[in-house]
Amino acid sequence: MPKVQTVRPLHPTTVSPRVLGAAFGVVATLLLLAYLVAFDQGAVSQSGMFLHELMHDGRHLLGVPCH
Amino acid sequence: MSLTQSRTAPTYGVLLLRGLLAGLIAGLLAGAFAYALGEPKVDAAIAIEEAAAHAEAASGAPAAEDHHGEDALVSRHGQKGGLFLATALFGVAMGGLLATAYTLLRRRLRTEHDSHAALGLAAAALLGMVLVPFVKYPPNPPAVGDPATINQRTISYLSIVVIGLAAVWAAVIAARAPHAGAADWVRAAAGLGGFLVVVVVGYVLLPNIDEVPETFPPSLLWNFRVTSLGTQVTLWAALGLAFTALLPRSASSEAVTGRGRTESVPV
Repeated sequence: MPKVQTVRPLHPTTVSPRVLGAAFGVVATLLLLAYLVAFDQGAVSQSGMFLHELMHDGRHLLGVPCH
Repeated sequence: MSLTQSRTAPTYGVLLLRGLLAGLIAGLLAGAFAYALGEPKVDAAIAIEEAAAHAEAASGAPAAEDHHGEDALVSRHGQKGGLFLATALFGVAMGGLLATAYTLLRRRLRTEHDSHAALGLAAAALLGMVLVPFVKYPPNPPAVGDPATINQRTISYLSIVVIGLAAVWAAVIAARAPHAGAADWVRAAAGLGGFLVVVVVGYVLLPNIDEVPETFPPSLLWNFRVTSLGTQVTLWAALGLAFTALLPRSASSEAVTGRGRTESVPV
């Protein structure tokens, strides 16, 4: 990622490694949640068809590909 | 703000909780929009699908797998309730991602206003994750997609989402490239150019998918796609506004450190 220089240092401190680690875990968890809602299709479903069918209309209306 | 007041930046945990809450609000609003305006189109499409399935069965052909009829695992009534579950959970996921992006990128966004930074990130997500994919792969109602191509369609869709976000990133990089003192229109044109280059390359490289049966009513397809877009715009607009409204007030022009403390900032 190219180094981005700010116009002036609005924020003198940096994001700590601890926050980065937490953010990594949070992002992974939330992507798993989004996968469950949007991509847990019949073909590759890991959770069975019930959740797929339950959230079927939402998937179509959220613009995600469906069967 | 009083100079003697302790000026602490919000921690990641605080921002994340507000983002998740904003996502829940946005998801429920998007669900309400989709329920009111989208469900009639889904019902109409399923009616067409079932009519075709019955015609097939009557002609002696093996019955197609039925996702939506009386035999379905989840009734149509249940699916309409599940719509709210789907949009709420999706909103929560996107709200958490927005809060995380805000935490990590706030320093790099060249604005003193936290509200501008938060709204800008939500607008970037709307552009990259919704509008760019919508043009290449417009959403389809039930009875349109071919089940055999679902994996390819999913991979292509995810690719265009990534390309859309990369295009927004390219726009920011390009807009910052001109030398200091460059006119605003030069920066805007550079940003637009960076965005378009990435989007056009993505559109050209990714395969075209056209699975709409010739018998499917064009007006129903159009109306479904518009309400689907409306659902997603509702979600991201509400998410951006709610997250901005919920931003801790003490955070205005403050640092995001994640540890709750900043160095003193000259006022």
